[in-house]
Amino acid sequence: MIPAPFDYVRVGSLDEAISALVEHGEDAKLLAGGHSLLPLMKLRLATPSVLIDIGPVRELSYVVDAGDHVAIGALTRHHDLHHDPVAVSQVPLLSMVAGKIGDPQVRHRGTIGGSLTHADPASDLPAAVLALGGTLVARGPAGERQIPADAFFSGFLESALAPDEVLTEIRVPKAVGGHAYQKFVRRAQDWAIVGSVVARVGDRVGVALVNMGPTPLRALAVEQALAEGASAAEAAERAAEGLEPPSDNNATAEFRRHLARVLTRRALAEAGV
Amino acid sequence: MSILGNRVLRREDPKFLTTGGTYVDDLPLEGAVHIVYVRSPMAHARIHSIDSTEALRSPGVVAVFTAAEVDLPPMPPGAPFANPAMVRPWLADGVVRFVGDLVAAVVAETREQAMDAAELVLVDYEPFPVVIDPEAAAGSDILVHEAAGTNVVLRMPEDLVSVGMVPPEAATEPPEMFAGCEVVVRQRIVNQRVAPCPLEVRAAASRWDDGHLTQWTTTQAPHGVKASLAQIFGLADDQVRAVAPDVGGGFGAKIGAYPEELFVAWIARKIGRPARWVETRSESMLSLGHGRAQVQLAELGGTRDGRLLAYKLSVIQDAGAYPAFGAFLPLMTRTMLTGVYDIERVYFADTSVATNTNPTVAYRGAGRPEATAAIERMVDIFAAEIGMDPAEVRRKNLVGRDRFPFTTPTGTTYDVGDYEAALDRVLEAAGYSELRAEQQRRREAGEAKQLGIGLSTYVEITNGIPGSEFGSVEVLADGRARVRTGTSPHGQGHVTSWSQLVADQLGIAIEDVEVIHGDTDLVPRGVGTFGSKSLQSGGVAVFQAAEQVVDKARKLAAELLEANPNDIELDKQSGRFQVAGTPSASKTWAELARASGDGGLSAEVDFAASGATFPFGAHLVVAEVDTETGGVTLKRIVAVDDAGRLVNPLIAEGQIHGGLAQGVAQALMEEMCYDEQGNPITANLADYEFVSAAELPSFETYSMETPTPINPLGAKGIGESGTIGSTPAVQNAVCDALRHLGVRHVDMPTSPLRVWKAIEQAKGKS
Repeated sequence: MIPAPFDYVRVGSLDEAISALVEHGEDAKLLAGGHSLLPLMKLRLATPSVLIDIGPVRELSYVVDAGDHVAIGALTRHHDLHHDPVAVSQVPLLSMVAGKIGDPQVRHRGTIGGSLTHADPASDLPAAVLALGGTLVARGPAGERQIPADAFFSGFLESALAPDEVLTEIRVPKAVGGHAYQKFVRRAQDWAIVGSVVARVGDRVGVALVNMGPTPLRALAVEQALAEGASAAEAAERAAEGLEPPSDNNATAEFRRHLARVLTRRALAEAGV
Repeated sequence: MSILGNRVLRREDPKFLTTGGTYVDDLPLEGAVHIVYVRSPMAHARIHSIDSTEALRSPGVVAVFTAAEVDLPPMPPGAPFANPAMVRPWLADGVVRFVGDLVAAVVAETREQAMDAAELVLVDYEPFPVVIDPEAAAGSDILVHEAAGTNVVLRMPEDLVSVGMVPPEAATEPPEMFAGCEVVVRQRIVNQRVAPCPLEVRAAASRWDDGHLTQWTTTQAPHGVKASLAQIFGLADDQVRAVAPDVGGGFGAKIGAYPEELFVAWIARKIGRPARWVETRSESMLSLGHGRAQVQLAELGGTRDGRLLAYKLSVIQDAGAYPAFGAFLPLMTRTMLTGVYDIERVYFADTSVATNTNPTVAYRGAGRPEATAAIERMVDIFAAEIGMDPAEVRRKNLVGRDRFPFTTPTGTTYDVGDYEAALDRVLEAAGYSELRAEQQRRREAGEAKQLGIGLSTYVEITNGIPGSEFGSVEVLADGRARVRTGTSPHGQGHVTSWSQLVADQLGIAIEDVEVIHGDTDLVPRGVGTFGSKSLQSGGVAVFQAAEQVVDKARKLAAELLEANPNDIELDKQSGRFQVAGTPSASKTWAELARASGDGGLSAEVDFAASGATFPFGAHLVVAEVDTETGGVTLKRIVAVDDAGRLVNPLIAEGQIHGGLAQGVAQALMEEMCYDEQGNPITANLADYEFVSAAELPSFETYSMETPTPINPLGAKGIGESGTIGSTPAVQNAVCDALRHLGVRHVDMPTSPLRVWKAIEQAKGKS
């Protein structure tokens, strides 16, 4: 419960953060809300030699209506996203999901950028951004680039970000139609044993799953079945197709597949699909 | 008007809610070094070598100790009758026996330095095969303690018979014990291993001054710590002082002193500086004693019209790697075997076994919840088998209110009870028939979310260990009162309750009563706080000491006022002794205290109750079970509890609330799990499903007050009742919701995975 020794660098701007990443290389880790990184460090499962604290970079905390989409600064805290009027009115799914993360303490510290870059398949926001078909904006020494959410989660706790890149903004289409997040937990504060997110974006129905594989992922078989005109109940039966969910103390892989089907059926019904 | 029975707000709370308490970790201890223990990552292994070279070079490191330096004999097992070869070395002596076993002690100037250096101690382990499953331990060739030649720690009833604790006829199963039973139901029940999780983890600090040892430790029993230290270090009574500063919970796991704590004193002496050890939460999950850990085989027989006739319970108790008090707790299971029921023929057997896991100790209820869980599950299974309402089966078999004192077939004498009244009250408060109707409606509609109604009618034993407890009262020259108590509160509110007892007797305001506890230099004798004993032992001692002080004061007032002592009245409103009929002639407590000289107005009492007391009650839980996901949501918990006369109903209610939460936690959430190699897989509070407020409904609590004749307050214990009663009620509710699907039993914790598997299995059968 005491981390290994590390150096601590506090930066005041995005440029300073990128410079610090360039300077310290792969041993450095960005510290935002710290709610994923610090527990790993305390258990000495993560031992970065340098922490670059981007907490003071407050210009990265915003939710704005950008016309055809909503732009969210990477350092926006879950609590703020949950209560932001633009989020509530233009992407109510994202706002609702942010309110289901952990407990109030976690929501007051954790940030959307931190949650996405940590790329934990058991986290809530990555699945919501996947279901919405969002785009992630990253900045590095070479400038800015856009990464579709589909291409962002590259492996277990791995993202498409280069070691010297900072995730700056998350863009999601406005989605005011039906939506749902069926999060199955034993305790309110827990990570989902399995979760199913449904977002209706225009004519498209996006479905993404939590804790059903090594990365946050879309339920492509369900989306495809719906696109081909299957009923919601029929489509939900395909929720676990092709997936290799983990087995742990809370659920076997078989139970997770079953939960994915049940929760997706319920989420589709709740979203009015 | 008496202040007893009033909901007096806890005097302790303002401090804890504002500035916070002062725990061992907060004590200023000048020049103290910090200790971090190197723990085994393997469940069973030989240590070939330990290389401390790198660790000793690490910044701030003062010393690294291994078994080679320890000059103390190993600790004998901490359970009566335990195989004497199952000793525990202070630091692993060539073999480690569970993940978390102590291998080395790193001493450094700061805790962080010690933690970093501990990572540098290189230990060469040769893994051994492990024995983890308690059911396999007795017959296993793999021995946790090679020298013992067996994994069996102790056996009941054989060991009890050998010393005459139970009569010889209890040694064997009664012949044809199930004769006359039209129905016999059998069930294997796992009462799972749980982690006590007190908010304050373990901590200890030691300082030697000219051969005199002061030990600060987070404990439920400082006088016990003192005795342990005196024995280990060969110290006289006046050479050792144990102090329990503020203590953040214990739940039974902090009754005995742990090697990690006692060894701090050895290190402090060895290096000639004060030393402190504070464990991390991860360490606490690994090595603070665990609770429960019984596997039970239960058989219950009776007639088709619902009369219970015979009950047999065979227990395998997992003692862990180094037998501690947990190995002996099946005695308490035996003591409360038949619960509230009048069952004629019984048999109980236990085999306590060593395994390559953390030792087990007392945990809220300590052996009694295991008895209640078993009989309450079996009564429900029996009721289902004969197609009778479980409330009705209970009613038919309760020990009647006219039969007390009642001696059970295992020789336990219950003081007083009215079990039927508790059952009636809970059924009425819950609206039982309406609940059953709603359950039926959902069953017929085939809804995904089914309703389960779980009952538990319980009785338990409190203050069950014979002996006395110390209490003293002194009135000071300024008119305030000072109490010293041998109990050692760590959340129970003794400062408030003891103040009430004294204020009630003396007419001195509650806020003018000082309560001293937890320091063996300030309290001459004491036993401590566990087993729901404090009010009925230490509280009574304080109460009686206060009575004696009033008598002394009355005599003194009579002398000073030149009146007959029989004519002197204590006006509790004003706190004055006055001559009956002439209130103007009076003496205040302060005047009397000054007149009596230093310590003149004081009394000490060592109160030994003539027996244990037996709180009882009935709990009803309504659970909604999602048959598609296996998820359980508790809708209602209705609890009727009778702990005799209540000194402070607010504090009693708090105990019930905490107890209910902890009972729910065991029934639904918590389990300390090891994998097949003995690696703990629920060793932090993310993986270990510690209950939170969000999972609990608002509690509906009702109290009954049937006074016990055992003590002058009429009070029984309340600390463990909530847990004992609620656990089986929750489990019964979950099983009840699934009964119509063909599910007979779901072991605790009734997790979604277990519930779903049980439903799938039942589907497969039908």
